[in-house]
Amino acid sequence: MDDVVSPFKKIGLIINPVAGLGGRVGLKGSDGEQIQKQALSLGAQPYAQDRAKETLALLFPFRDRFSLISAAATMGEFAAKEIGFEPEIIPLKSYPKTTAQDTIEVAQKMLLEGVDLILFAGGDGTARDIYQAIQNKIPVVGIPAGVKIFSAVFAYSPKSAGLLVRDFITRNKMLFQEAEIIDLDEDSYRNGVIATKLYGFMKIPFYPHLIQNQKIPSQEPDSYQIEAIAQSVIEDMDGETIYALGPGTIPNYIGKLLGFEKTLVGIDLVKNKALIAKDVNEQKLLEVIKNNTLKIIITPTGGQGFLFGRGNQPFSPRVLEKVSKKDIIVVSLISKINGLRGKPLRVDTGDAQIDQKLCGYISVITGYRDKIVYRVMS
Amino acid sequence: MIEVIQPKPKLRRFHQARWDEPIIFELSQPGQRGVIPPAVEEGIKNRVGDVLQTLPKNLRRSIPPQLPELSQIHVLRHYVRLSQENLGVDLNIDVGQGTCTMKYSPKVNDQLSRSTKIQDLHPLQDENSVQGILEIMYRLEEIFKEISGMDRFTLQPGAGSAAIYTNVAMIRAYHAYHGNSQRDEVITTIFSHPSNAACAKTAGYKVITLYPDENGYPDLDALKEAVSERTAALLITNPEDTGIFNPQIDQFVKVVHEAGGLCSYDQANANGILGITRARDAGFDLCHFNLHKTFSTPHGCGGPAAGVCGVTNELAPFLPVPTVEFDGKKYYFDYDRPLSIGKVRPFYGVAQNLLKAYAWIMSLGGDGLREVAEIAVLNNNYLMKKILEIPGVSIPYSLDNPRIEQIRYSWEQLSEDTGVHSEEIGYRAADFGTHYWTSHHPYIVPEPMTLEPTESYSKEDLDEYAAIIKNIVEEAYRDADFIHGAPYNSTVHRIHQESFDDPQSWAVTWRAYKRKSGQTK
Repeated sequence: MDDVVSPFKKIGLIINPVAGLGGRVGLKGSDGEQIQKQALSLGAQPYAQDRAKETLALLFPFRDRFSLISAAATMGEFAAKEIGFEPEIIPLKSYPKTTAQDTIEVAQKMLLEGVDLILFAGGDGTARDIYQAIQNKIPVVGIPAGVKIFSAVFAYSPKSAGLLVRDFITRNKMLFQEAEIIDLDEDSYRNGVIATKLYGFMKIPFYPHLIQNQKIPSQEPDSYQIEAIAQSVIEDMDGETIYALGPGTIPNYIGKLLGFEKTLVGIDLVKNKALIAKDVNEQKLLEVIKNNTLKIIITPTGGQGFLFGRGNQPFSPRVLEKVSKKDIIVVSLISKINGLRGKPLRVDTGDAQIDQKLCGYISVITGYRDKIVYRVMS
Repeated sequence: MIEVIQPKPKLRRFHQARWDEPIIFELSQPGQRGVIPPAVEEGIKNRVGDVLQTLPKNLRRSIPPQLPELSQIHVLRHYVRLSQENLGVDLNIDVGQGTCTMKYSPKVNDQLSRSTKIQDLHPLQDENSVQGILEIMYRLEEIFKEISGMDRFTLQPGAGSAAIYTNVAMIRAYHAYHGNSQRDEVITTIFSHPSNAACAKTAGYKVITLYPDENGYPDLDALKEAVSERTAALLITNPEDTGIFNPQIDQFVKVVHEAGGLCSYDQANANGILGITRARDAGFDLCHFNLHKTFSTPHGCGGPAAGVCGVTNELAPFLPVPTVEFDGKKYYFDYDRPLSIGKVRPFYGVAQNLLKAYAWIMSLGGDGLREVAEIAVLNNNYLMKKILEIPGVSIPYSLDNPRIEQIRYSWEQLSEDTGVHSEEIGYRAADFGTHYWTSHHPYIVPEPMTLEPTESYSKEDLDEYAAIIKNIVEEAYRDADFIHGAPYNSTVHRIHQESFDDPQSWAVTWRAYKRKSGQTK
């Protein structure tokens, strides 16, 4: 019964102790020392510890099946010990002062220590730091504890983060999916402008309630599905239209099939099945629309299902105003759609009228000559 | 005085037979024989000569077939043992196979189909000599016309999915005939039986799938987004696999008709609606029934199945050939149907199954069929009440719409509380000698379980099934690891399903097994 016994796992724990500080006192983010001081002076209480403890408590009954390696002091050690764990500790350089640099260094250390998965509590800034340290080398699970949670690496709640890691520990195989690391430009946000940026992708375990327990093939099942979707899109391409390939695994694969390496987090233009411009901005898109039909190929963000307004900012209201809804080609793995758990796809372009135009129902290409019709809300 | 027999425990202490039975090829002993025919007499041999030499050369084997060599008792013992290692519909409370629970099929109907009057028929006999079975086919078509409201039927398809494929083929032929071959899209719903999407795809259509809203069925606006001048048809099940009946079904049909598409009603499982709603009354152009599901004949995996397709007069010219007709004196086959899609199965369908379905329907009559649906719905709602008393379970989507003949439940809460997944409940259910099923893939409902009691399980059966599930859930809350290790009393413990997705690990013949396992070239 080798299915039942899973190999012993090593889990890394990092808590951003100042995550979420800003939000509670209306500062819209906690990045930067100045803001953190300001937040504390306004009476903010760090709550990342409590969120992380909620997750750790779910893992405690399984403590003999994995080893925990944690950042020192407020960055994980205290919370883990309060729950009853006796983790291996990675020291911090300049404690009691903790900075983003500590997150990066600890995550790098964990990678060297052969950790199987990093569990972290924080917000989009923390996710970015960890991405900077480990790229996409090992899977992560984010405990949502920050003010800004736009990235798809976060579980729905501390509890669901615990359930994901629990399954990672107790199962011998899991499916993984690529999840976006998205962060807001906090300076613009405080001035009332939402400007998000896509930084890259990390692996997260797939929500297990939606997969049959043992039916996990040796090959990533999504890989041929991605190719099927990409082929279907290419098959329908005509020679006149210019296609803007947004960020994401599937648009990147379309680039691959057309023979070029797509800009990972940017937008590339294709005509006649060939690359005509790389990493374009809003200005370039507006120029293109003047004299051409532009079709936009996008994929929703993981977990939250945003079509526009998260990480693909060049598709601005001014661009979308001139693109007909039928010229927006949405592509997605069906697992991502089912991961929305019945919640609609979302748009948040920053322009209510444009959002309204995109709301209703939209087709999503989910396989070769396979589409679904799904609801969109703002 | 003899001892009073003590009552049996509420939950059976089931234990399945385990024989470690080898594959029949491994039992083979050179020279063993089940039957040794007498030698040919000298006179006959002289008269006939070498029979093999009279066969065409390309029909003769140069090497004898590698068949297992066994005596009769070894063959008999082998298959009886295998049957004991199995879980059959005659053995367990099979309500865990929602969407396709097998009802009880009265044995008298089996006896009828085994009568020499049908067993000795040959499909190539002259139609004058098979008037009896042709009359049954003709009458069966008349019955299905009444049940569905459709104008004509074919009884030819060999199973439910074959019937859906037949409907798709007729849809394609209809549009081609009317010069509308640009209609290359078929619309279905995520909770319709997956064969609808699969058959459409197999026939070359693009498939558009609608997702439900919080009511559990798609919004009419979702359908409006999907229809266009490309729409060939809507293929839809109702009630869907959730047990929810789409009350706007006539509106769905209207929207598709206005776009120029056809509508095909998947009534594979008509158990909740027999005698209550009819496909034609909702405006459908085509429909199909699985005789094995609703009309008490064997399931495809347990013998040959049968499916039947109904159409309106507009689509009747495209029906498979032959149809069975009656000229007032005589029943006959009509092959003269120039627009027909052709044959979908050799000859005229699975005659034994058609006979069984006919016998089952005639034993119930019209009122009886309606009672079947009423009891099936009542049973389902009774079982729902029992299941909802168990912790950790829920029913997704609004309960404002009553559930009809089946329900897709969710064990998400149980899974969050204990780490036990729905599929593992099934492993443990095997320890009580019963069957359990989750749902089709992909899972839309998290940690799904689909139960369908049909009309033929008693209140006591449903109580026992609910008690088994309740017991397993209590075990899960008490000791999740115990469930992770199940089953304990079953022949086979766990199957490595990974290999199902890897053609390199498939071996459907002994020869392929020998080759793929490296024992032969």
